[in-house]
Amino acid sequence: MRFKIYRYDPDKDAKPYMQDYDVELQPSDRMLLDALIRIKAIDDSLSLRRSCREGVCGSDAMNINGKNGLACITRLADLKQPVELRPLPGLPVIRDLIVDMTQFFKQYHSVKPYLVNNEPPPERERLQSPAEREELDGLYECILCACCSTACPSFWWNPDKFVGPAGLLQAYRFLADSRDEATSERLDNLEDPYRLFRCHSIMNCVDVCPKGLNPTRAIGKIKDLMVKRAV
Amino acid sequence: MAIPVRKFDAVIVGAGGAGMRASLQLAEAGFKVAVLSKVFPTRSHTVAAQGGIGAALGNMGEDSWMWHMYDTIKGSDWLGDQDTIEFLCREAPKVVIELEHFGMPFDRNADGTVYQRPFGGHMQNFGAGPSVQRSCCAADRTGHAMLHTLYQRNVRANTLFFVEWMALDLVRDASGQVLGVIAMEMETGEVSILHARAVLFATGGAGRIYSASTNAFINTGDGLGMAARAGIPLEDMEFWQFHPTGVAGAGILITEAVRGEGGYLLNKNGERFMERYAPNAKDLASRDVVSRAMATEIKEGRGCGPDGDYLLLKLDHLGVDLIEAKLPGIREIAKKFANVDPVKDPIPVVPTCHYQMGGIPTNYRGEVVAPQSGNPEALVTGFYAAGECACASVHGANRLGTNSLTDLLVFGKASGDTMIGFLKENPGHKDLPRDAADRTSMRLARLDGQQRGESVHEVGAEMRRIMQAHCGVFRFPDMLIEGVKKIKETAERAQRTEIRDKSKVFNTARVEALELDNLIEVAVATLVSAEARKESRGAHDRADHHQRDDANWLKHSLWYKQGSRLDYKPVHMKPLTVPTIEPKVRTY
Repeated sequence: MRFKIYRYDPDKDAKPYMQDYDVELQPSDRMLLDALIRIKAIDDSLSLRRSCREGVCGSDAMNINGKNGLACITRLADLKQPVELRPLPGLPVIRDLIVDMTQFFKQYHSVKPYLVNNEPPPERERLQSPAEREELDGLYECILCACCSTACPSFWWNPDKFVGPAGLLQAYRFLADSRDEATSERLDNLEDPYRLFRCHSIMNCVDVCPKGLNPTRAIGKIKDLMVKRAV
Repeated sequence: MAIPVRKFDAVIVGAGGAGMRASLQLAEAGFKVAVLSKVFPTRSHTVAAQGGIGAALGNMGEDSWMWHMYDTIKGSDWLGDQDTIEFLCREAPKVVIELEHFGMPFDRNADGTVYQRPFGGHMQNFGAGPSVQRSCCAADRTGHAMLHTLYQRNVRANTLFFVEWMALDLVRDASGQVLGVIAMEMETGEVSILHARAVLFATGGAGRIYSASTNAFINTGDGLGMAARAGIPLEDMEFWQFHPTGVAGAGILITEAVRGEGGYLLNKNGERFMERYAPNAKDLASRDVVSRAMATEIKEGRGCGPDGDYLLLKLDHLGVDLIEAKLPGIREIAKKFANVDPVKDPIPVVPTCHYQMGGIPTNYRGEVVAPQSGNPEALVTGFYAAGECACASVHGANRLGTNSLTDLLVFGKASGDTMIGFLKENPGHKDLPRDAADRTSMRLARLDGQQRGESVHEVGAEMRRIMQAHCGVFRFPDMLIEGVKKIKETAERAQRTEIRDKSKVFNTARVEALELDNLIEVAVATLVSAEARKESRGAHDRADHHQRDDANWLKHSLWYKQGSRLDYKPVHMKPLTVPTIEPKVRTY
């Protein structure tokens, strides 16, 4: 199978280039990550992040034939050759397929991604009905792979000011939690021309999310809450 | 060249469930704690845990921590230490409730309490049965939900994370006290000494020593390798859990929650064979029992598929609604990795290496212990371990499903608390030995300078083949003896690994070579300990000694790297407050 892979090692390369690889695959090689591991056995200098190899840790996000996805759950059989692999767009490249995710996590941290409830905790669990719990479905499953935010033009232009779909999905995860008491502070934190409102609902995030989540819908719900509190 | 030194109150290596539960204690108590992780914290392998956290909350019916304790001891085949197991089961409800308060999105019952599902080996009435619903879960993504919740709580506590830093070696002084770690920042390749008053290892398991493993690539036993090189023994390394249901060929985990929710295993005749092996618990017997039954079915020609090398996990009868509500992740995995939609078709599964019961010896306070002057439990001052890298020993010869996450929370928190006590009593940093980083520098220089050496990829593959063939579900004396010889030869080869990539920047070839240094220690420890243990107990099943032998083998193995030597120490048969649970025949 043929691959064209983005290469850049600041230690020795003046600028990035695309390298061709032709690898013989085994019948057990099902996913793109399997092929990348074969390539790495031949050329140990190819650098990428990977860990769980089942789509739950979010390490191996990359741009695959023009679309962001996770290498470990992208089927080789579905890929057009040569398979063109690039680092996630919009973030600084550290080396090869490895990007600097500082800005992405900074935005995630900026939404205060933790439960706020200043009541003294009860002896037992805080009660939550199954219906209230269901509000968190489609939100808590985010793996922070950054496929969505790095597919979003608003995030490309303003990664320092726009929270981005991943961060906003998590902002809504806590707004939606019946146990959380910080709704108004959370909305204040997003009431800004950039942080929330740079989302123009083009839905690139929904299109690429490897977990099938829908940040655009969550962003819409945050906007609804803003409107509700304004009236 | 002088190596930069940074000072902290405490250093934690590993940002999975145990590391982040411990860091939370320390950070919230105001200590300067550095948490090192090879990966961004939410990518740690805790994220892959599926089925739940065991705790006797009693939300679904009567339950008791004492029943949980009995099940854990029976599950351990009486190799578990009864004091640490009592501590685990008593503390479990508290740490689960705390996790809920931290924001964990647990599934709920109609009355708003945390939903709990059945799991293998968890019974009512001190093992008499029937099964009890004890596993607190978030669908089949419990580990993911827990790891993210702990990370989020650490963000709130301003914990200092060193992301993509790999610890390379432990620093001990002449008295044996632990004073820090040598670590490498992966992005720059720079090596530093992190000087601390207390060090916790929470580095996870080493399931990557086997070819067929549910474990992530990062599970390379780094803490075990570092401890072994620093002269600390590894306990009970012959005990590895083979999870009954890994996707055949792919190794991806299919949670026991599938059977907890009502799924069951079939052989090629469509027979529900677990009824023959465990008439009461059936598919919810302990994992070692189910895996052995499956391996027997395959060996005796009742496996499925053209090569008769797997079995089928049927769950379509549960209905699409239940599967979507309780097992959505499993449906996703089965579709992607097995090409089947479990709503219609059974999933091909096979026992797959999953969990390391052994590890760095600790007590129930999370302190690392090693024999010294006749005391088998002497403290290694300043050193703590928690989670899969530690051997407390709560899992003994076989871990019960759900107890791994319980272990992370209980002993993560306990070790954090113990460290706080130690830090308060020992305010100053002891001086680093002059040669603190010498051994590590030599190892790195050897790797970078190696010519005409061995390929990391090939030596690693050979190690995994040996472990798979010589130390699997069933163990044979001649294969074990041959395995010891082969793995020692492979360990020799591992000392001559060569990397072609010499870059300083995010050199993953170097990282993989350093990981192999750790894996190979674990592989040798496993085979040497397994060959020596002449009995069958829990996950260690020998063809030539088919029975458990309490008269000779009710004891923990301790493997030392120096000379690949074995020693033994007694099992703690006395719990903290309740009477001993006396060994008896283990049936399900």
